[in-house]
Amino acid sequence: MTAPISRRSTSRFEGYHAPRWAEPVVHELSKAGRRGLVFDCPKTEPNLPEMARRQTAPDLPEMTEHDALRHYLHLSQMCLGMMGVSLFGTCTMKYNPRIGERASLEHLAHLHPLQHPDTLQGLLEVYAIFSDMLCELSGMDQFVFQAGGGADAAYTHACVTREWLKARGELGQRDQIVTTIQTHPCSPATANAAGFEVITLSLEEGGYPSLDQLKSVLGPRTAALMVNNPDDMGIYNPDIKEWVRLVHEAGGLCFYDHANFNGVMTRLRARELGFDACMFMLHKTFGAPKGGGGPAVGAYGCSEELKPFLPGPLVVRDGDRFRLEDGEQSLGRVREFMGNAPQVLKAYAWARGMGAEGLREAADLSVLANNYMDKRLGEVRGVSRSNPDVDVPRMEMTRHSFEQVTADTGCTVVDISMRMTDYGIDALWLSHEPWLVAEPFTPEAGELWSKEDIDYWIDVLAAVVDEAYESPETVKSAPHKAPIHQLKGDALEDPARWATTWAAYLRKHGAPVSDRERDQETPFPIGGQSA
Amino acid sequence: MTRPRLGLVVNPLAGIGGPAGLNGSDDAAAIQRAIAAGARPQATERAARAMAAFRRESDASVVTGPGALGADAANCADIVPHFITGTAEDTRALVAAMQDRVDLILFCGGDGTARDVAAANQAGVPILGVPAGVKMHSGIFSRTPERAGQGAAAFLAAPQHPTELVEILDIDEAARARGRLSAEVHTVARAPLLQTALQGPKSAGNSAVGDLDAALARYVAEMQPGVTYVIGPGTTMAALKDRLGGGTLLGVDAARNGRIVGRNLDRAGIETLATAGAVRIALGVVGGQGFLLGRGNQQIGPATLRRVGRDAIDVFCTPAKLAALPRGLCVDTGEAALDAEFAGYMQIATGPGRRQVVRVGS
Ligand SMILES: Cc1ncc(COP(=O)(O)O)c(C=O)c1O
Repeated sequence: MTAPISRRSTSRFEGYHAPRWAEPVVHELSKAGRRGLVFDCPKTEPNLPEMARRQTAPDLPEMTEHDALRHYLHLSQMCLGMMGVSLFGTCTMKYNPRIGERASLEHLAHLHPLQHPDTLQGLLEVYAIFSDMLCELSGMDQFVFQAGGGADAAYTHACVTREWLKARGELGQRDQIVTTIQTHPCSPATANAAGFEVITLSLEEGGYPSLDQLKSVLGPRTAALMVNNPDDMGIYNPDIKEWVRLVHEAGGLCFYDHANFNGVMTRLRARELGFDACMFMLHKTFGAPKGGGGPAVGAYGCSEELKPFLPGPLVVRDGDRFRLEDGEQSLGRVREFMGNAPQVLKAYAWARGMGAEGLREAADLSVLANNYMDKRLGEVRGVSRSNPDVDVPRMEMTRHSFEQVTADTGCTVVDISMRMTDYGIDALWLSHEPWLVAEPFTPEAGELWSKEDIDYWIDVLAAVVDEAYESPETVKSAPHKAPIHQLKGDALEDPARWATTWAAYLRKHGAPVSDRERDQETPFPIGGQSA
Repeated sequence: MTRPRLGLVVNPLAGIGGPAGLNGSDDAAAIQRAIAAGARPQATERAARAMAAFRRESDASVVTGPGALGADAANCADIVPHFITGTAEDTRALVAAMQDRVDLILFCGGDGTARDVAAANQAGVPILGVPAGVKMHSGIFSRTPERAGQGAAAFLAAPQHPTELVEILDIDEAARARGRLSAEVHTVARAPLLQTALQGPKSAGNSAVGDLDAALARYVAEMQPGVTYVIGPGTTMAALKDRLGGGTLLGVDAARNGRIVGRNLDRAGIETLATAGAVRIALGVVGGQGFLLGRGNQQIGPATLRRVGRDAIDVFCTPAKLAALPRGLCVDTGEAALDAEFAGYMQIATGPGRRQVVRVGS
């Protein structure tokens, strides 16, 4: 729930409370005979094989349409739901314009991927033009949209590497993929999944692994480098061109996880740094919904040399027509059909709406917003910034730390984050594994949030830190104004208590849950982070 | 089922040397000097913070010692009668008295207290540290008093009482006085297996331990016939030895053709093996200061190391433990020239198909 935003004054901090309903489980609302829509009984028995027929009617709750709507509305009001002020770093979460939903409903709902390509010309044209646009932004020669997320795009790269090595007769000999400890965990994970050994470089004094460290691992076994830039702390690798040169010299490919593209859109091309391939997140940078790990798109782009190995089919332009073509050396598929077409359309609509100037302005705004936050956060008692001695400019995100606050007050970053939800702020984004910075948090404003929103966010953070020093118990026992108070989560460790279905609940607990118990035993993890 | 109970042991003098710039609070004269200089013990206050967090989440009963040994920090506890001597004997006596009465001992102090608790903990009751000492190198301490309290409550509430083995370390004070910082593994203890409560960036939970075990399994599967594997001390290496039929926890053992063939070897014994044929050395990392060689494994002497060579050393460590090392890894073979040869980047196995590059200094 978005807290009301008014002029800066502490009065805004008072009076907020998230909606809280004593909402039963939907089965408890059931009353025999209640219906939403009433259908006529079929005149004939359905023609089903004996084995497929139900012996007993399904145990569904019986309720009116109005009851059902009200129930789910209440539940949705009690979700934190990423609709507060949400400055989520390391992956640029941004608003998803509603026009994208409309466009995909209107233009895609009636298409089927098995239609003849002659009847899919509009969609194929979107794929072709969008590939051209991303090529322009990255310097690559071809994009594919099959991967169902950023991690899947990293996997695509590991598979492309395999096919490329096979074509050169080096598969088996080049069996190591090099990455860094501050690269997103999906790079090492997918390299392993594709059968490579992973060599992870550690950080050194400059905040990055040194060139000497990189050189110590390169050689005849090097298949590829997979890195993100900036790293998880938000710092750009000052030697990245030299890294790419060294890896190429050793005979490997270079992959740029460009999930954090927001701060450098239209200003930095992966190909111009020498990379052979890169990845963009349509569900983050390009304004399409992420959907809680649901349908997403990792757009994977590569150089002419790697194009033959891409997952097929590729959209090929033929005069003013488009066809689908499977290449002979293609790695096959990483996902069915053409990937999540609705997401591609939404991202395309967003990018067309922005235009090149819009993207540049958005990038500049992201950098401006982050540096503004960085400055104000630096003035909050006990808040520090990762790698204080690294003086390269911070672009669209910065890792900060509450280490001093925790040492002084015992309030951890998780306590502070929970207390901030009492003001309509979504839980802080902390850090990917491993936590090299203690009590970390990593905000990123992108181009979306207004100065008022950013100020409100920082004001709340500063007020909570003050509170940690004055009455730490209030912070540690937060949230107090959220729909649900602090959970112990111990039911999650206990198979005798957890229940993910109503049937399991009845089996384990015998009787319907009372309000009091529900408060204590809601079987959801807190502070879960999946991005 | 009887209700779980918590034991609380406070070392009232823990940490007193810290603000005074002393390297610990182990010796009585140092404590007197600190108190004379105006130092006030904070252990009771830190234990009280841990107990407040514990009480918020658990109504388990608490057993503790009189006055500053625990009662001052915990309301409504059962008191074990004890005459306070003001020495480490208090800690040891309390722990001994609690052996069959509690399911977890929460102690408040530093590395020295941890050693005293572990020494008196004959029945191996799980223990968890509230950080209050000057030195806290052991993995047994939570990051904050509150986390210790929460961790204790979560552990007592969990039906399986899950535990893991944690190394108890301490700085060698004599060596430190001579200007050398060195942590030794003293023993291991059972600690609650907690998702995020322990000190350091151990937030990866227990999957990292599973990954390392899988790396050890692969290592065993790929061991070469006829080659002797000299295996160092520590919990990680003990897991490797378990896969080879079982060896010692704190000693250096040897394996050949898939079996342990020698236990608790000394320097001469290892050197004899190294001269007799092909040898590889498998090592874990001593936490805290990150020693690879020269702490707890001095049995592997410079002659052997020179003969075997750097490339025949295989090191295993979880990424979390590597991340917690302030300055990478270090070696102290006893010979400066050899230390220099071992310096440089080294690849440490962290999981199956995973290695992390770490700088070794000397
Ligand atoms: C830098 C980076 N790369 C890759 C990913 C993985 O993306 P996805 O969640 O779409 O698989 C993320 C997600 O946070 C990321 O931040």
